[in-house]
Amino acid sequence: MAFGTIVMTRFAVTYHLNPFLAIALGIGVCLAFGLLNGFLVAGLRLPPFIVTLGTLNIAFALTHITSNEETIANLPDPLVFFGNTFRFAGTTITYGSVLALALTLVAWFVLTKTIGGRHVYATGNNPDAARLAGVRTRRVLLGVYATAGLLYGIAALVLVGRTGVGDPQAGQSANLDSITAVVVGGTSLFGGRGSVLGTLVGTLIVGIFRNGLTLLGVAAIYQFLITGVLVILAVAVDQLSRRRQA
Amino acid sequence: MSAVETRVPVLEARGLVKRYGVVTALNGADFDLFPGEILALIGDNGAGKSTLIKALSGAIVPDEGEILLGGTVVHFRNPLEARHSGIETVYQDLALAPALDIAENLFLGRELRVRGIVGTLLRLADRPRMLAESRGHIADLKINIGSMKQAVETLSGGQRQGVAVARAAAFASRVVIMDEPTAALGVRESGMVLDLIREVRARGTPVVLISHNMPQVFDIADRLHIMRLGRRVATITPKSHTMTEAVALMTGAAASQGKGA
Repeated sequence: MAFGTIVMTRFAVTYHLNPFLAIALGIGVCLAFGLLNGFLVAGLRLPPFIVTLGTLNIAFALTHITSNEETIANLPDPLVFFGNTFRFAGTTITYGSVLALALTLVAWFVLTKTIGGRHVYATGNNPDAARLAGVRTRRVLLGVYATAGLLYGIAALVLVGRTGVGDPQAGQSANLDSITAVVVGGTSLFGGRGSVLGTLVGTLIVGIFRNGLTLLGVAAIYQFLITGVLVILAVAVDQLSRRRQA
Repeated sequence: MSAVETRVPVLEARGLVKRYGVVTALNGADFDLFPGEILALIGDNGAGKSTLIKALSGAIVPDEGEILLGGTVVHFRNPLEARHSGIETVYQDLALAPALDIAENLFLGRELRVRGIVGTLLRLADRPRMLAESRGHIADLKINIGSMKQAVETLSGGQRQGVAVARAAAFASRVVIMDEPTAALGVRESGMVLDLIREVRARGTPVVLISHNMPQVFDIADRLHIMRLGRRVATITPKSHTMTEAVALMTGAAASQGKGA
């Protein structure tokens, strides 16, 4: 995501590329990372945890190499569009939030109503059963990783809009935050269980929690500490409740 | 017996060979399954039962020999091709997705699509139709489950196996193969699954059953295909032989007396 922000802002600002092309390039790079993850996991059957940890580090390094550790400012308008706001019912809302909600709806629809979405659940829940039943599980995996890559790119664009700059340090806590949000929202880390609505609630909980800590003046480094504790707690609750069921 | 033998087998195999490195799992195995029968496949561990079943269901490709479906030679490269030809397999380890519900499991991999252009474009799952048809399939086999929206993990072992059998029976146009369907079940639940198998036969689909449970096999099978050292050593019926004789054939204590001796 941070790499995506650097790619789109660097090309738009330093190389004066058409801002829309720059955005497409930034999202494209993220999509490529998603496809790489998918290929390594589904094609070469490497352990997903190691693969994503590896590509995370690669992206992290590339972010810092390509940005020269500088924040890229003076962005053209299209790049910061999703940071723009409008007034609705007495509150100020960013277009980024609207996009996020729209994507949530799309995700809900695809996962619950389409055959492909149900195959994602089946593959996560019991890959062998899904394969034997005729689900093309490798294609499902590749599709899921590619979609995730695309979403990193969109997240990068929204992030650029919100901060107004291309920041190599951006979104460093997003990793653990999103895992926490998803687990708090009831998704099993063992696959095949979870809902979009739960994830939305989990995201709101983590977001409000973080925001509250910031408003209380808790230093960023302590927020990391607290988020770390929170994710372990959430996973522990998930585990213990499943074990009791079994 | 001779009346049966003159019919064309639904599924037939001639001289199947399968080697894994230095191990020969199948060493010229023959096989035939006739319409409307339950054929039990028995043999000691390592006799080649599972390998034979895998070849028939497309999970492996034999090195030599041929498989005939309804008298025509077929070459299955994967389980999907076998399934498209009407051969459904119930795998030993209950190949269901526990978090999904009964209807979703029944239609896994062949979901019904909402009719019309929108359904095709978006690949929309037609849930009402799948729920309704699932109810029909479950009722066909007289399985006692209330709601098709129940997650499979909330069912008992017997009910789960019922769902697996119902899935196979619903989509098999030619043959249902079952690999140890009662291995993980208690006595009462095993009885339930055996009734299901009879129900499948009654609906006209022949069944191949792998089992280690001799009393069960003698109870339910019309014929027994006995394997030893990668080949068929005898085909007997529960009437022609006793359990002791069958075990003797399996272990090689009794010499093979050929087909239907």
